[in-house]
Amino acid sequence: MSEASGSPVLAFEDVHLSFGAVKAVNGVSFTVNEDELFAVIGPNGAGKTSIFNVLSGVYRPQQGRVVLEGRDLLGMRPPAIARLGVARTFQNIELFANLTVVDNLMLGRHQHLRYGTLAALLWVGRARGQEVEHRRRVEEIVEFLELEQWRKMPVGLLPYGVQKRVELGRALAMEPRLLLLDEPVAGMNLEETEDMARYILDIRDELRIPMIMVEHDMGLVMDIADRVMVVDFGTPVAIGTPAEVQRNPDVIRAYLGGDPDVEAAVEAGVEAAIAAEDEGASA
Amino acid sequence: MTTLMKGTRWGRPELYTDYRQEMALLNTRSKKAGTIAIIALAAVLPLTVADDLLAILYAGLILAIGAIGLNLVTGYAGQVSLGHAFFVGIGAYTAAVISGDPDDRRLGYGIELMPVWLLGAGLAAALCGALIAPVATRLRGLYLAVVTLGLVFIGQYLFREFREISGGAEQSRRAAEPTLFGMNLTEDGAWTEEQKLYWFGLGLLIVMAVLARNVARSRIGRALQAIRDRDVAAGVMGVDLTRYKVIAFTLSSFYAGICGALLYASIGSFTPERFGLLMSVQFIAIVLIGGVATISGTIMGAMLIALLPRIAGELPAFVPFLSGSPSEHPNVFEFQEVMYGVLIVVFLLFEPRGLFGIWHRVRTYWKSFPFSY
Repeated sequence: MSEASGSPVLAFEDVHLSFGAVKAVNGVSFTVNEDELFAVIGPNGAGKTSIFNVLSGVYRPQQGRVVLEGRDLLGMRPPAIARLGVARTFQNIELFANLTVVDNLMLGRHQHLRYGTLAALLWVGRARGQEVEHRRRVEEIVEFLELEQWRKMPVGLLPYGVQKRVELGRALAMEPRLLLLDEPVAGMNLEETEDMARYILDIRDELRIPMIMVEHDMGLVMDIADRVMVVDFGTPVAIGTPAEVQRNPDVIRAYLGGDPDVEAAVEAGVEAAIAAEDEGASA
Repeated sequence: MTTLMKGTRWGRPELYTDYRQEMALLNTRSKKAGTIAIIALAAVLPLTVADDLLAILYAGLILAIGAIGLNLVTGYAGQVSLGHAFFVGIGAYTAAVISGDPDDRRLGYGIELMPVWLLGAGLAAALCGALIAPVATRLRGLYLAVVTLGLVFIGQYLFREFREISGGAEQSRRAAEPTLFGMNLTEDGAWTEEQKLYWFGLGLLIVMAVLARNVARSRIGRALQAIRDRDVAAGVMGVDLTRYKVIAFTLSSFYAGICGALLYASIGSFTPERFGLLMSVQFIAIVLIGGVATISGTIMGAMLIALLPRIAGELPAFVPFLSGSPSEHPNVFEFQEVMYGVLIVVFLLFEPRGLFGIWHRVRTYWKSFPFSY
């Protein structure tokens, strides 16, 4: 397993969550560091989304700790956790379909706008000043995600891939300290997937927001994630860089269901072959 | 150089250099010109229109204020309320009590100052709305509609039984009389009663409509629409559902109260039976016909609903099979009975976005004229 680089933003410590006899999350621990893109993979029903729901306060685990920048999130309600800076996108798009792209993004900034009903009625001073100020901030996100041509369109009318992008924008508008992406490229074609991968990398490298991503597209995960955690039946199988995880026999077993000894033998054979080839090349 | 600057200014009116321009209420030249033209036309109308029609138009203006309130809670926040008539009734009786004759056998404080009883009516209704709102945080959709329907019947009972206020069932009580700058608007003077009331109603509607529009485009209005479209996601964005539903009901009821206080100024009196289910349905009809979640649409809808009996009265001259006499069938009065229902059904089926939708389509067509795309 690779060493954590930088200081951890989030620590998930020995979390157990069960529904009756079903152990959805069974002793999962991991940390997410500054500027890190951390991916969670695993077969269907492995507990990936449950981990997200624990993080955003939808589920309350029986045991364990979830610490964001020194503060324990367990027991907090979703809006309180959102206020601390945890933003998320959803596996199935949860946008406000009748509102325009700009209004959806402005709703992401709801926490940051602070004026009351009376100021809203009169639209003077603080109300107008803040609306203009935050409209400018939202425009930065419009530009960042290249949503210019859709700005004033109700999001319900937009293509699926664009809606996914708007939802990412809405999460970014919250100025999160940690961003949770639940299957950001599910159902997308190759081109849309490549666009989304570019945006995710930009978020990590330019906006420097740490991210946790749940995704089934292995190609994407192995290409862009810094570290990967594999879960199966609620239990962590492996954590490491994509290369390390791919070589891990437990991971291969979880995905292919094969015999670990056979897999290990195959692995050894492949490595020996690669080594021989390398030798041949250098000679 | 000057022509170039002129070109950029006049040729591209929507080229904004500041978000303040883009976010203004009237952010295009045509919107500005159109609004000024409509207001000017509405302002000179009383000089040419007969007084009986003006009284109808006054009712339309005041209905529009009440309907804007309903649109805030039902159109924007998505909380279907059939109890709007209850809040209108609260407003009407509060205004009547505050301004009522203290020597009358019914309760009256004799405060004839309009700002006092008008605000009092609005605030009393708003308070009732705030008290009812917590129910809406526990119920959604049809269940909320049924509960608010119950409100209408409770209101009917209360208005009839509080005899010291209403006088009892079918007893009419004098409506509050609007006075402005020491001039009683319900007495003829240099201008007739109808003209003065109409101008007052127009001015008040413009103010109330602008306030509502401001709320709609603010963080409050966005939060309400977020709750309507997807309340779970709204919660994750940090929108406090309970708080915003209370705000929606409070604001809505305030508008209803103002509407109630002024609705009977031209007729002069009202009875408890006025605030029944039919009135609630009338408001729902205005919102649906005018356009859900639009302020300008609501005003159009209110004017249409107010004018409808009058329009129906003229119909026998144009529709051969419709009779003007009650002894023949089908007649105009039968038509009036069913027309709210018919209009609601027709609009929901063919133009769900209401009159605003029709207007929007016309505007889009002319924007790209002569090209159809």
